[in-house]
Parts: sequence; structure tokens; C-alpha cells
Amino acid sequence: MPTMRYREALNQALREEMEADERVFIMGEDIGVFQGAFKVTQGLLEEFGDKRVRDTPISENTIVGVGVGSAMAGLRPVVELMTINFSLLALDQIVNHAAAIHYMFGGQARVPLVVRMPQGGGHQLGPTHSHSLEAMFLHVPGLLVAVPSTAADAKGLLKAAIQDDNPVIFIEHEYLYSQRGEVPENGGPMRFGEAAVRREGSDVTVVGISRMAVTAERAAEQLAHEHELEAEVIDPRTLRPLDLDTILDSVKKTNRAVIVEEGWPHGGVGANLAALIQEQAFDYLDAPVARVTGADVPMPYSKPLEQAAFPHEEHVIQACLALFKDL
Amino acid sequence: MAQEAAVSREKSTGNGTADGAGRQHSLPDKDVCVSVLAKMMLIRRFEERAGEMYAKAKIGGFLHLCIGEEATVVGSTQAMRDGDYLLSTYREHGQAIARGTPPSAVMAELFGRVDGCSKGRGGSMHLFDMERRFLGGYGIVGGNLPLSTGVALRCDYEGTDDAVVCMFGDGATNQGTFGESMNMAALWKLPVVFMVINNQFGMGTALERHSAVTDLSKKAEGYGVPGSKCDGMDVLDVHSATTEALRKARDDRQPQLLEAVTYRFRGHSMADPEEYRTKDEVEEWRRRDPIASFSKRLVDEGLLSDDDLEQMDKEALSTVDDAVQFADNSPFPDLDSLYDDLYVLGEQVKSGPWWSVDERSPEPHRGEEEREAGRVPHELAEAGAAYAGVGEAQERKRRQRQAEENSGEGEQAADPRDVEGGGD
Repeated sequence: MPTMRYREALNQALREEMEADERVFIMGEDIGVFQGAFKVTQGLLEEFGDKRVRDTPISENTIVGVGVGSAMAGLRPVVELMTINFSLLALDQIVNHAAAIHYMFGGQARVPLVVRMPQGGGHQLGPTHSHSLEAMFLHVPGLLVAVPSTAADAKGLLKAAIQDDNPVIFIEHEYLYSQRGEVPENGGPMRFGEAAVRREGSDVTVVGISRMAVTAERAAEQLAHEHELEAEVIDPRTLRPLDLDTILDSVKKTNRAVIVEEGWPHGGVGANLAALIQEQAFDYLDAPVARVTGADVPMPYSKPLEQAAFPHEEHVIQACLALFKDL
Repeated sequence: MAQEAAVSREKSTGNGTADGAGRQHSLPDKDVCVSVLAKMMLIRRFEERAGEMYAKAKIGGFLHLCIGEEATVVGSTQAMRDGDYLLSTYREHGQAIARGTPPSAVMAELFGRVDGCSKGRGGSMHLFDMERRFLGGYGIVGGNLPLSTGVALRCDYEGTDDAVVCMFGDGATNQGTFGESMNMAALWKLPVVFMVINNQFGMGTALERHSAVTDLSKKAEGYGVPGSKCDGMDVLDVHSATTEALRKARDDRQPQLLEAVTYRFRGHSMADPEEYRTKDEVEEWRRRDPIASFSKRLVDEGLLSDDDLEQMDKEALSTVDDAVQFADNSPFPDLDSLYDDLYVLGEQVKSGPWWSVDERSPEPHRGEEEREAGRVPHELAEAGAAYAGVGEAQERKRRQRQAEENSGEGEQAADPRDVEGGGD
């Protein structure tokens, strides 16, 4: 199987879907001539021309709104927001329009729109450029939310997102863009709502979201080597729809769960998953569901502070060990 | 203060006089005149009746009426082709009717019934009719400008000669999406006419108090979108200006901003004590009633008789009667349809194991499959829906009291049908 970087996998997905369907076009800030702030759209302008690879002004709310309008009228736009931080400027079009239109007009209109954007901290970009906001989009009925953590998932899920008739919030990660992974040749779209079990284990279930799936997997290796604990690592891959069954099956086996996310703790993905697990697998739990999250602060700039503000392997290891304290 | 504002607004309209508009355009053929007048009359009667139904609490939420703005609505839509798209604001009953959506489907939507043009999901602010390319009323001020730009992008992308008309109020010109959309439409040379319906108020804030530039037609020039202005009380002037704007947008690929200067005779919504304007100001504008003035001209020029007008008004009333009856007879949406149309059921989500979990049951809800989801969700839905009648009697009384107060001040006629009538 060929290996490639996460960003190359995304690029392939875009290229293949644009080749397959004339209605698919991409637009965003600096995606054409500049080839993308993270080079995801490299080479696409040259290949497809400026009708289908459209550089936009810096107008996030209207970029997304133009995507929604063109999708309602029959096109299949893929919008890139340079980072998830700027999606906050587009929330009206995402929440009041993209998510609601199919429902509020009685099913008459469809919004086959993909909004791609990377999230995450670790690059010393400070409070306005380091958000992890998947919980915010997960909150909204009418949206699908994907959080791929591997190159293969990035490609398969993006292809699926483009082919889907619902608005999809496609959350990439700045750290992951340069990570390599195996990607099946001629791989088709991946199904939303199918979690990946990254590592099997019988002692504790660790659910990692977005980049934290990678962090969780590394932590699990250390837990096995240094603490003789076998963690089962699950990457949900999509948060809406969510493959809750795979998570519950694992919890029923391990009787313990830790959820790892980079975003803030209050109202986070972990809070949501903890509620679902205790609602539906309460009798199987030997310990409270634990959460490992980003610190409850705006992201600081200073390097030591920043590193202290989001989860690392050590945080995951400590959280897992804490579940066994009383044994 | 308000008086001065009224005077300056009067000046700013440029054309149009208090005693009847439209003298600068020659009349089109009789059948066109009749059709245009009939549409305006129908919209007026529809809106009046909607107001009555609101007072009776048959309609919930907000209700924004376009009484006074009929010439703007009908004159502009009359200039559109069938293939053109229209996107409007939350004051859009008239727009839907003008584009051909049956008044019965509009009234049923206001009543929250399943035969409403949005199946009772949207209500007054969110009418929709895909078949007639009326792509919606939108509840967020300025929200439809990016959408319209996107629809225009589709027209351009597919190489069609369809165009888009995007309507919004004077208040929306202050939103960020106004400048963003103007810029993008001009940059990409999209076939869209941005039509600002300047009814002088962003809710209760007068134009002079919300916009530093009060000549709204100039407000997009800096973005590369040329502007023009028409007399929104004169159906022929609106038609002529929209025709020209659409031509430039469609043929020259040059988006346009068209300002229609008009006035809403009623409050912003039904819950509006109208303390921000004087009765004199309203009276001054009412003298330019777009329906009365157009009717008068048709009679003056011998195209119609007073009897004809009366007959046309009767027909409008009868259509509205039918619409109310239709809406009353239409059932409320099935409770089991609560989760319908949340998602399009494609491969990606059909097999997805989980969409939505809420307090109604520990089981997942899957939209269209809710019906098979078992007894518990259904019973909980029924338990919730039972609250629909709670407080209805008090609300009805409150609204009726409000309606009486309003009519005591502004509209003296005992029969509301006599208010703002079609005749002079």
C-alpha cells in the first residue's frame, strides 16, 4: 500500500472527486494561486482552472454562504476555511442556514456542501489561532461532522463528504497535515459512522478525537510497556453520525473509559460521550468515565504554557492509571 | 425630529408624488395592468387577513406584513423570468404569492399545517417553493445575500442565462454580508440584482438613525456594484427599473443594487406599538398607497371602471377566504415527522448507527424511521405536543386587545377589510 502525507491524501480526494463530477468545485482563501495555506490544494488550479478552483476574498461568512446557495441550486461546493478559528465568522451561515435549510423548508432543498478546515494548537499561534471546536459543530443537528486522524481516513472520508447530500463539517488538523500513513490505492469513499479500533486491549477503552487519536495510541503503547495495561484505542472518525456501538462494545469489555480531546472541557465531546456511556452502559462501568481535555483557558502563546494547555501522552497515561487506583 | 426625518425621506425618494405615482411611464397592455393590479390586491387582502388570523392566535410567532410595499413586490417579480431565482427576507408572503405559490399553501404555512409551502417547519419567516424557484424567506437580517450570490454563481457556473433577485431591507445594508456579497458578486461578475426594499426603518430605527449614507443606492458603488433607485410606491417604475437591472445583470454580467423607496404602513411585526414614527408621517405615505394610485390611474385612463375594481377586490377576498379555509382544514404535521428531513438519507447516513439522542428516549432517533422507533418516543412526543394548547386563550385575548388598540389609533374602520382598500 502506498504511503503518503495526510495533506496529499486530501489533495487526492479533491482531485478524484473533481474529476468524477463536474459540479464539484472548491473555493477558499488562497487555495488557488497560493496553492493553499497548508498546500492541500496544491496543483489543483493548474489542473482544473479558475472556474473550479476559486480564490476568494477574506469574507468567511459569505464564502460559506455562497457555498450554501450554490449547493441549494445544484452544485457541490467544497469550501476551505483557512483554519477553524475563522469559522467563527461564518457561524450564521453554518448554523442558521446550512444546517437548517433542508429541515426548515420541509425537505425541498438540499445543501451538499463540505466545509473543510484544520484545527489545533501547538504552533505558538496564541488564543485566536489555536482552537479545537469540534464540540461546537457536533452540537448542531443538521450537520455531519468528520474528524479524520490518518491519511487513509482523510481521503476516504473527504470523498464520502463530497458525495454526501448533507452539509459536512470536515475538521482536519494542522499537526496531522505532514504525518504519513498508508492509503489504499483506488480506495473509494469511506462510510461515515464507522469507528476505527486503532489498538485492541482489554483493560481500558480510550477514545481519541482528531489528533488525540494519535496521542491516545502512543499513550497506549507506553501503558503496555511500562504499566502492563492493555488499552483499547478507538477513533470515532466521525462525530455525527457517531458509531456509539463500537465504543459501548469496548466499554462493556474493559469496564473503563477515558475520552481524550484537545478542545475545552465544558460542553465538550468528552462530556457528551461520558453522558452517552453512562446512560447506555452504566452497569458495565467499574469507574467513572474520565476525560482528558485541553485546559479551560484561551490558548497562551508562550511555549511551556501552550504545551501545558493541551493533552499529551503523559496526561492520557495518568488518567488511565487513575481508574485503577483503588484496585 | 421624526417629522423632519419624514420630510427628508420624502425628498430622498426623488420621483413620485403624493397624489398618484407612475405618471412618467406609459401603461402596458390592459391584461398586464389587470394582472399586476390583481396581484397587488390579492397580496393586500392576504396580509390583512393574516393580521386578523394572528389576532385570533391562528398564527404563532412573528408576523411581518408588507402592506404598503405591494408595488415593490409585484413590480419587481413581474420583471423576472420563470427561470430566475428569488430569495427574500422574513417579510415575504407577498413575494411567494407574486411568484405563484398558491395563497392557500402560504396561509397553511402561517397556520403551521402540513400543507404549508414548507410543511409547517418554517412558518411566516421561512416560506419556500423550489418548483417556482422561490428559494426562501430568511429570518436572519443579511443572511440571504451570500446565499443569493451562491445561487448566482451556480447560474454562471452552469452557463445558464438565469438570474437572481435578492431582496432585503434597508437595515440589512449595515450587515457585513452586504459588503462581502457585493464584492464577491462584482469580482466574479455574477448575474444578481440586489434589491434593497427601503421601507425607511430597520425594525424601529429610522434610516437616518441607522445608516450614515441614506442614499442606499450609492452604498455598493465602492464595491463595484452600480446602484439605481426607483419609486417603490409605483409598480410601473419598479417594474421598469428591475427590468433594466436584470438586463444588466444577466446580459452584461454586472451585478446591480436597486433601491426601491417605499414604506410599510403597518408596524415591523404585529407586536409593534410604533412609537418611533408619527401618525402624520404614516398618513403622508398612505396618501401614496400603491394600489389606490395605480387603480386610480387605470380608471382615469379608461382601462377599468369602478365596478371592475370592486369585482377584482371581491375576487381577491374570495381567494383569501379559500386560503383560510384550506389552511384551517389542513392537519398539523404528524408528530412522528419531528425528525423527518433532518438529514438527506444517503448511503453515508442511512447505515450510520446514530444521529441524534435526546431525552425523549434512550434510543437513537433516525428521522424517517422514527415511526418504527416504538411506543416510547411516540408517547413522549404526544406528551410534548399536548402543551400546544396551553396559554392559547390568554394569548388570543392579548393579541385581540393589541389589535383593538392598534385599530383605535390608526385604523378607524370597523371592518378591517375597508382599511387600505384597493379603491381611491
